[in-house]
Amino acid sequence: MDTLLNRYRNITVLLLVILAQLVLIALQVRNDQDVRMIRVWSVTAITPFARVLETVRGGAVGLFEDYISIHDEREENRRLRADLDRLKMENLYLKTELSTADRAKALVAFQAHTPSKTIAVRVIATGAGANSRVVFVDRGSGSGVERGMPVVTPDGIVGKVIAAYPTASQVMLITDPDFAAGVVSQKNHVTGTLRGQGYAACKVDYVTNEEKVDPGEWFYTSGEDRIFPKGFPVGVAQVVRNGSPYKEILVEPSGMQHGLEALLIMIQGVHQDIPEAQPANAPVYIGPPPPAPGEPANQPAAAAGTDADRLRQRYLQIGEAQGHKFGEGLPGSKPPDFNLKAPLKPQGSDAATRGRGDAGTPSGAQAPQPAAPKPPPQIPPQ
Amino acid sequence: MNESGDRILVGNQREQVSRFRARVLLTVPLAAILFQVYVPRFFPFLGYLELPLLVTIYFALMRRSQIGGLFVGALIGLAQDSLSTKPLGMYGIVKTLVGYFAASVGLRIDVEHPFIRLILTFFFYFFHQLMYWVLSRGLLREQVGFEAQRTLVLGLLNAIVGMAVFHFLDKLRQRA
Repeated sequence: MDTLLNRYRNITVLLLVILAQLVLIALQVRNDQDVRMIRVWSVTAITPFARVLETVRGGAVGLFEDYISIHDEREENRRLRADLDRLKMENLYLKTELSTADRAKALVAFQAHTPSKTIAVRVIATGAGANSRVVFVDRGSGSGVERGMPVVTPDGIVGKVIAAYPTASQVMLITDPDFAAGVVSQKNHVTGTLRGQGYAACKVDYVTNEEKVDPGEWFYTSGEDRIFPKGFPVGVAQVVRNGSPYKEILVEPSGMQHGLEALLIMIQGVHQDIPEAQPANAPVYIGPPPPAPGEPANQPAAAAGTDADRLRQRYLQIGEAQGHKFGEGLPGSKPPDFNLKAPLKPQGSDAATRGRGDAGTPSGAQAPQPAAPKPPPQIPPQ
Repeated sequence: MNESGDRILVGNQREQVSRFRARVLLTVPLAAILFQVYVPRFFPFLGYLELPLLVTIYFALMRRSQIGGLFVGALIGLAQDSLSTKPLGMYGIVKTLVGYFAASVGLRIDVEHPFIRLILTFFFYFFHQLMYWVLSRGLLREQVGFEAQRTLVLGLLNAIVGMAVFHFLDKLRQRA
């Protein structure tokens, strides 16, 4: 018996194991019940490893993605930085172009309006030296430029020509310590000598302490130096204090506030009047507000016109309501009833009515037109 | 049968029995099952790789113990079942049979040769799939068809992969 068992031991075990599993399957199928315990064991044994694997994988993938992301972002950052630099350069270029165009337009307008004869020049270089306050412009004696001619911009004086070469000229700026020009204050008409100091602000010399100069007061050329014609703006007094023996007045030049690029050399200067000082509390024209969204632009205001215009419009409507044409009735005929309350139409809203009214106007006068907007008054620089 | 034929076909069973550490016997099947349930999440084509079967074949072939082989097969099969939606025992029975027959073949053939391993792996894969299909139809009454051609191709692929796996597992054997 033992020999028989030993001989068929393996196949017996196989059959037993298979039989056990068959029973297991049969039980599950017949009772439709799962053997939860074995599954719990297996899942419990497997899932911790899977969790560890997932953690490691997630970490590795995250690290890899972070690396890729950082790499990509670094690349994108580099590209964006390059784009930004390029756009900055373009922006700077366009700003310069725009500024140049504006300055050129201002120069042309100034040239057209100023009685002085000027030529436009362009700054092409600066003088050598760290503290140099001279520039070279692209017009010289060949264009009629001579030594001593004033150089201005629409905003004020800039300097004077100190050397005229055939194709270029050298201009000393008003900030140069050697520069001097006669000036007069706008409000109190105090005269003095403008001198450069080597930096942005200039000073006005030879103004005694007894004379009155207010901070913020404008200075204009006085014409006494025989270089600059009278009446060109010089700058605003920034600092005014008593000194010894003269007042200490620092002026911020107005002619150089927009940079030095396009200038005007005054070939033939004409003296001008110094504009009157504008009172500080002078009324300033303020234009009407822009139309609201959906509202047509250039709509005349309902209140435009005088009382006489409104009365005339009312009479026209009354006459129209009674079939009366003004100017056609004989003397002594019945006039229209002006007490009749005709429905008033808003002025300017009915073109046909207005047209008929025009035809019946005794004097042939035109119907009242909407008042044109008043142009803003020219305010001298303050 | 001559002497060399005896060595190949019969061999000295005692000398050719491979021994493995317990931790290898535990972790390798676990890793195989883990591979099957985890890796195809990210690489679906690796779902066709029946790594638990390959491990069963290897241990059964190399240990040359029919009882050992059938128990290895049964345990790996039951573990595989418990992670599937099918009743427990389906893979268990199939892998029990594979383990038993693989061990039986290992007792008679020199299974160190790669080509023999390739043929055996291919055969047992086909047998495994066929038996599973038979049990599915017979015990669970599942009306599924048996795709022989596909099974043959996958059997070849698994056999090729099995060569690499067996080569790796050979290094985990205990030295005499």
